[in-house]
Amino acid sequence: MSFVPPSDPVNKKQVKVSQLCELCRCRKAIIRRPKNLQKICKSCFFHVFETEIHNTIVNNNLFYRGEKVAIGASGGKDSTVLAYVLKLLNDRYDYGIELVLLSIDEGIVGYRDDSLATVKRNQVQYGLPLEIISYRELYDWTMDEIVACAGVRSSCTYCGVFRRQALDRGSSKLGISHVVTGHNADDMAETVLMNILRGDVARLEKSTAIITQSSGSPIKRSKPFKYSYQKEIVLYAHYKKLDYFSTECSYAPEAFRGTARELMKNLEMVRPSCIIDIIHSGENLVLKPKKPKRTGTPKQMEVRTDGSVSLGFVDGNKCEKCGYLSSNRICKACMLLEGLENNRAKVTLDNDTSTQGTARLTRTLESLKF
Amino acid sequence: MVTVKVEFLGGLDVIFDKQRIHMVNVDSSETPTVKDLIDYIVKNMIRNPNDVDVFIENGTIRPGILTLINDTDWELEGGEEYELEDGDVISFTSTLHGG
Ligand code: SF4
Ligand SMILES: [Zn+2]
Ligand SMILES: [Zn+2]
Repeated sequence: MSFVPPSDPVNKKQVKVSQLCELCRCRKAIIRRPKNLQKICKSCFFHVFETEIHNTIVNNNLFYRGEKVAIGASGGKDSTVLAYVLKLLNDRYDYGIELVLLSIDEGIVGYRDDSLATVKRNQVQYGLPLEIISYRELYDWTMDEIVACAGVRSSCTYCGVFRRQALDRGSSKLGISHVVTGHNADDMAETVLMNILRGDVARLEKSTAIITQSSGSPIKRSKPFKYSYQKEIVLYAHYKKLDYFSTECSYAPEAFRGTARELMKNLEMVRPSCIIDIIHSGENLVLKPKKPKRTGTPKQMEVRTDGSVSLGFVDGNKCEKCGYLSSNRICKACMLLEGLENNRAKVTLDNDTSTQGTARLTRTLESLKF
Repeated sequence: MVTVKVEFLGGLDVIFDKQRIHMVNVDSSETPTVKDLIDYIVKNMIRNPNDVDVFIENGTIRPGILTLINDTDWELEGGEEYELEDGDVISFTSTLHGG
């Protein structure tokens, strides 16, 4: 598979004054920014899009000079634009950071192998080093095998738990303690909406944080695209002719996520600023502090077989099996793996083709009615 | 008759035989508009009727698909009423695919 760039149309028509860019007033406006409905030209769009991300980075002190930063790269539009823009800004503003592309190979034939080919082209196009961490080498399971064993319904549960740990392990291996991801404003607004719909107050407060780090974890994660609209990211990739991969994973269901997304796209049609508005609301929702429970008994301590003492559910504990950070004795990934190993013997090799194929998108879209 | 170049990008090509670029002749008694082009696409280019919903919602392009006329947002060009000219490039890009 190679990359076919979009064409470069020429505008033959005379530009009317009313069509001029509202910023420079000398070129034809080609887009209307969803954030503020400003009509701007291509060059001004590049400039404001990049500058806003630069401002987000600077205002939140995302990086320090000399920091090694891994870009979680999937080959998709968000992470491709992120890699391109971070490289550009690092050169332009001299952040002095060292960028590395970090990709996870979940082992999904017909999806991840093709998207990794895109990342490999990006590696060359942007001149950034690339590290690929595979589920196969980390866990001795590929997602295809997991789906064959545990079914397609729980695929994303496994995949999500494993990916988190894989990203952490990949960055530790590279001596990196900061991973940036391509999560954008739409993703964040969607998460806020979902947490409100679910009534998940605990997650709601954290869902708008630009930097997240579990205490004791050596890896911090950040989202430089927190305020960037999906629409503008796609337009940016389009006008810059960036090479990205846009096929959907064959196992992606996430019906609930789909409906919140759909709701938001419809809201955005009526009022484009709604995405930023939702994020803003999310940022300002603060939980009432819980009344501290009075407990008379001293904290329970658990003495392990080796004589060491567990301090209960404290962040900073390590998984007894793999040494990964975990609040329980055994981390989630090891727990899932254990379940899988017990099942491996029982797996019969009936090839369920219904879980594969490109009809997935249609199926999801069909179930998106309100 | 007007001949335009139509592009299906950002993953939309899956419903068009995985072809990103198509040359399309739009026939119409009057000057054909983008609306006529969309009708043509739905009638003649989408093979599987189930796929129409990927492209169209409530009679127009689905929210989440960016429509550009010669690289300009179609809203700035009059939307569906825009009158096609020979050599125009109309692109449809999904923002919903992949991540
Ligand atoms: S859609 Fe699910 S299974 Fe596929 S890559 Fe994403 S999380 Fe993994
Ligand atoms: Zn301008
Ligand atoms: Zn573990």
